[in-house]
Amino acid sequence: MDILSLFVIVPIITVIALGFAKGLKQSRIVALAGMLVQLGMSINLIFAYLKERAVNDDIMIFVKDITWYEQFNIHYNIGVDAISVVMIVLTAVIVVAGIFISWMVDDLPKEFFISLIVLSTGVFGFFISLDLFTMFVFYEIAVIPMYLLIGIWGSGPRENSAMKLTLMLMGASAVLSVGIFGIYFNSNAGIDGGALTFNILEIAKANIPVAIQNLFFPFVFIGFAVLGALFPFHTWSPSGHASAPTAVSMLHAGVLMKLGGYGVFRVAMYLLPLGALNWSDFFLILASIGVVYGALGAIMQKDLKYINAYASVSHLGLVLFALLMYNKTAWNGAIIQSLSHGLLTAMFFALIGMVYGRTHTRNVSELGGLMKILPFIGAVYVITGLAYLGLPGFSGFIAEMNIFVGSFQHSDTFHRILTILAVSSIVVTAVYILRMVGKIMMGPLSNPEYANLPKATWFEKVGLIMLLIPVVIIGVLPFGLSEMIKDSIEPFLERLL
Amino acid sequence: MIEGISIYEILTLSSILFFIGVYGFFTRENLITVLMSIELILNASAVNFVVINTYLYPDFLQGSVFSIFIIAMAAAETALAIAIIINLYKLVASVEVKDTQKLKY
Amino acid sequence: MDFSYTILIPLIPLALFVILGIFSKKIPASISGWMGSLGLGVTFVLSYYTAYQYYLNGKVNGIYQTFVYKINWMNFTDKLHIDMGVLIDPISVMMLVVVSTISFMVHLYSRGYMKGDDGYTRFFAYLALFSFSMFGLVLATNLFQIYIFWELVGVSSFLLIGYYYTKPSAVSAAKKAFIVTRFADFGFLVGILIIGYYTGTWDFQELNAVDHETGSLVLNWASTSFMGLSVITWALILVFMGGAGKSAMLPFHIWLPDAMEGPTPVSALIHAATMVVAGVYLVARLFPMYYFVEDGFALQIVAYVGAISSLFAAIIALTQHDIKRVLAFSTMSQIGYMILALGVSKYEGHEGLGFMASMFHLFTHAMFKALLFLGAGSVIHAIHSNYLQDMGGLRKYMPITHITFLIAALSISGVPFFAGFFSKDEILAAAYENNMLIYISSVFVAGLTAFYMFRLYFGIFWGKEKKYEHTPHESPMSMTIPMIFLAFMSIAGGYIHFSKYVTADHMPFEAHLNYYLAAIASTVGIIGIILAYVFYKKENNLSERFSHAFGVFYKWTYNKFYFDEIYLFVTKKIIFGLVATPAAWFDKNVVDASMIGIGNVTESFSEKIKGMQSGKFQDYAMGFISGGVVIAIVVFYLWIN
Repeated sequence: MDILSLFVIVPIITVIALGFAKGLKQSRIVALAGMLVQLGMSINLIFAYLKERAVNDDIMIFVKDITWYEQFNIHYNIGVDAISVVMIVLTAVIVVAGIFISWMVDDLPKEFFISLIVLSTGVFGFFISLDLFTMFVFYEIAVIPMYLLIGIWGSGPRENSAMKLTLMLMGASAVLSVGIFGIYFNSNAGIDGGALTFNILEIAKANIPVAIQNLFFPFVFIGFAVLGALFPFHTWSPSGHASAPTAVSMLHAGVLMKLGGYGVFRVAMYLLPLGALNWSDFFLILASIGVVYGALGAIMQKDLKYINAYASVSHLGLVLFALLMYNKTAWNGAIIQSLSHGLLTAMFFALIGMVYGRTHTRNVSELGGLMKILPFIGAVYVITGLAYLGLPGFSGFIAEMNIFVGSFQHSDTFHRILTILAVSSIVVTAVYILRMVGKIMMGPLSNPEYANLPKATWFEKVGLIMLLIPVVIIGVLPFGLSEMIKDSIEPFLERLL
Repeated sequence: MIEGISIYEILTLSSILFFIGVYGFFTRENLITVLMSIELILNASAVNFVVINTYLYPDFLQGSVFSIFIIAMAAAETALAIAIIINLYKLVASVEVKDTQKLKY
Repeated sequence: MDFSYTILIPLIPLALFVILGIFSKKIPASISGWMGSLGLGVTFVLSYYTAYQYYLNGKVNGIYQTFVYKINWMNFTDKLHIDMGVLIDPISVMMLVVVSTISFMVHLYSRGYMKGDDGYTRFFAYLALFSFSMFGLVLATNLFQIYIFWELVGVSSFLLIGYYYTKPSAVSAAKKAFIVTRFADFGFLVGILIIGYYTGTWDFQELNAVDHETGSLVLNWASTSFMGLSVITWALILVFMGGAGKSAMLPFHIWLPDAMEGPTPVSALIHAATMVVAGVYLVARLFPMYYFVEDGFALQIVAYVGAISSLFAAIIALTQHDIKRVLAFSTMSQIGYMILALGVSKYEGHEGLGFMASMFHLFTHAMFKALLFLGAGSVIHAIHSNYLQDMGGLRKYMPITHITFLIAALSISGVPFFAGFFSKDEILAAAYENNMLIYISSVFVAGLTAFYMFRLYFGIFWGKEKKYEHTPHESPMSMTIPMIFLAFMSIAGGYIHFSKYVTADHMPFEAHLNYYLAAIASTVGIIGIILAYVFYKKENNLSERFSHAFGVFYKWTYNKFYFDEIYLFVTKKIIFGLVATPAAWFDKNVVDASMIGIGNVTESFSEKIKGMQSGKFQDYAMGFISGGVVIAIVVFYLWIN
């Protein structure tokens, strides 16, 4: 059994085991055990990767290829580079933290954990796939459980939000599939006698004509970027997050939305480099608008989850922005930003879930002074907020600085203006984060009933600390991560230069 | 082969029979009469098989054999349909088409 | 010479912060106070040892050497990277002394001042975090490292201002401080990016190597122009924007008065002596760049910003009633002094008088201003009010506070033989030599300073006794000892020959007191004191009559020239009202609505056509057969043709 396939097999086994579990206690233990194994494997994967990388110069390593459907040349083809590895670790951390946070889920716990783990299976599969078709299948596996998770365990207008989210993502999938088939049917261009293929590494060798690239790049880009909350296709995110249960928001914003940036990087830009160059200005404008617009949108929101959802639009806009800069430093920043945003936004959603679970409101104007009552949650909330607005010592700073320095290497006015616009988002971010933290955690207690709220439980603390540790590690010791990512970026960047 | 009667007359007859069946199938509200209409359509085709076989290819038997198939199938089909109709009647106390909309949309 | 041990100076407070922060619930108050003070005591000793060693033995051929110890922290591109390390040169060593002295004194003082507070340990954890960041800032080896610690001091300031987090005013002051400085840091960051892009380095030694005429990185790029100015000049102006934000220069000063919501020791440490001079330090750090790029165009802006802020703040300070706010405006005014001194300075030898004077004033100001704040804290501690109206006649009850406060006030007013006299005189001399306009305004400010300072002094310690809830009492030893030490420094500090130690070109020179200018300045100061004596020594209505006479002007001054209101207008009305609200509206009613619209269109269309799926098998059969007939006809027709 190879090391990567286990990432798909372990969740499947966990799901099967969950089928035999009874009640909340058994289900959560089974789910936790399975995902802890997964986390252990993913940490092991880092070391295995570094060890293998030292002797192996291929773009992807641990490659394994099994023919799946011969007629159309579809393979189960897997392999990883540093970017997939860090994304896998991120996913594993967030899934485990999510299980801790949903420790007390009381409604249909077994089914909840099954859906959650099926979702994570899709994500893991997506990150290891090297075959466009397999990748697409895993992508769909990741998106569909979301409907159930929001529709059944959500709050507020959950059916509507679930429907909106799923339909928009499905619409994006439809657009994406057009792009993928466009790539597939041109995948033997310029290769004599080559068969059509879905294999990413094979397609990269083909010379797809520039007209075709220009035609299909927007399909692939938008198809993925909807998931990365590209303006103006971001509106599924606020309402979806607002209705989703805590762990689902965490997983969704923390991991699923990263699929967008990852897909753009791995598929759109790698396979259609000329299209990417031709379209970059247009999408760059959209991404920059998203950065500032999301931040401004977040200022005016009342619902905590809406604030965070718009903040995600802004921060993920920065990921797309950086990717479109076609520059090693900026790309490095984009990957770190994906990690950093994943961890921090998961923390935020977890914290919001804890506050909501206790006070039964997410309205900023009804909350206040919770720090005194909930010191642990309050302190972590402040730390998360500060990390989110890019304080040195946390991962967000490293990511943003890489993005800004990288983007600034373009010396033409167009890129300069957009970069400065993006830099200005750090001020707006400070405004909405401090407004939120100041309002709900500090100040006088808004409601005397809150005086007796229960303190953070051990599983909540474990969940939060698990997420906080990597944030601090990336923030304080960024060098190893950066070097690892940069090595893997190189072959992708070469295609664009 | 019947003397004095050409294939055209018989085909005309079977066509009329067929279209009466089709008309009945479209317009009848009662499921039993709809079923009867289907029988007419099937009979029209059975007649066609026999006639064409006899008039055009007298050396072969397939057409006649096929009409026997059709009769057998019609019997089976009627049995099944009647069973469904009886069950439906138990459910909605009616055999009218318009009352059988439980699965619509 | 090996100064690598100086890395311990920031690391000790960091360790303290981590320990106190994580175990803030477990460590009892009595221990945490001692831990903090002890840790800072060690850094205090280390800093003085460093200063002693450096100033005594740090010279080679009469030039102070620069010692750098660094490790590579993160690489951006092949050239651009961030190092973390320590840089030892005259100004960083001087700053080490300032920061460690004030920080240590404030730690000692806080043990008394914060006694019985709920968050005692948390307070010391924040102080340790601040000390760590500030040491990191002054020891930074490159522009990006300074930016990192710049943000960290900003956040420790945020945490400390908002220390009483249940008080809404403290929370909003903390937010305001952070956001205003963050806005200024936006300029700073863009400046850093520009410098990084053009010169390919952020290292101070490489950036400042501008005096070697040829082959220097910065000057090579200084010819690339943008909108009539060199890009490097733009970058320096933007960097100064960051400095102006932290140092509360116009127009970013609005956060400083509000920051007084923090506990008083914090005001003494952060908002009087150390963090707010970061802007001065930043300009001093990049001084050769400022001076040589485009003949010091950026430096001129620095000079005028400093001069205007200094005058502006001094005027506002005349009318404020909250003693801490008076001190805050006074701080702003004095920092304006330091900035303008840098602005009028030149580089070499005696011409670099302004640079030296600025650093000198930074040093003495840190001592006497911290002392003033600690004295004010002591008064507030005794009578539980910040307002001048509630005070009077306290000299009998608080003799030590009284005397130390007086020393500090005399020092800041520039009365001869006190520390402030010497440093202020050097600044005025430098201004006199270079820019007459700035000189005149500075002298005027000196008079105003003496006046408002003695207005405070007489108002607090003389005048009529007010009704106090309980008899005011002198503060405990833990609070008075740091004050006495600082009072000693407020006198002795002036007798240090700064020009021998801290100069722009690292070469000592002889600075002489300019008796003529010194006489003018001290006369103006003494006139200010006498006026204050007349107005405020005894209860009288002179001041009311004066404020009536000035009417509108008084009102404007009292309301700080409506800067807060302007900012409020800009943020609330323009940014929130005209940008963010429409953005939110647009999002809901255009972007989201169009997405929902697509769904609605689909739904209503399907509603329209769903009648076709009637569920009646007869309809389907009809469709099937008529379709079959149509196809048959078409095929037949085509077949015929």
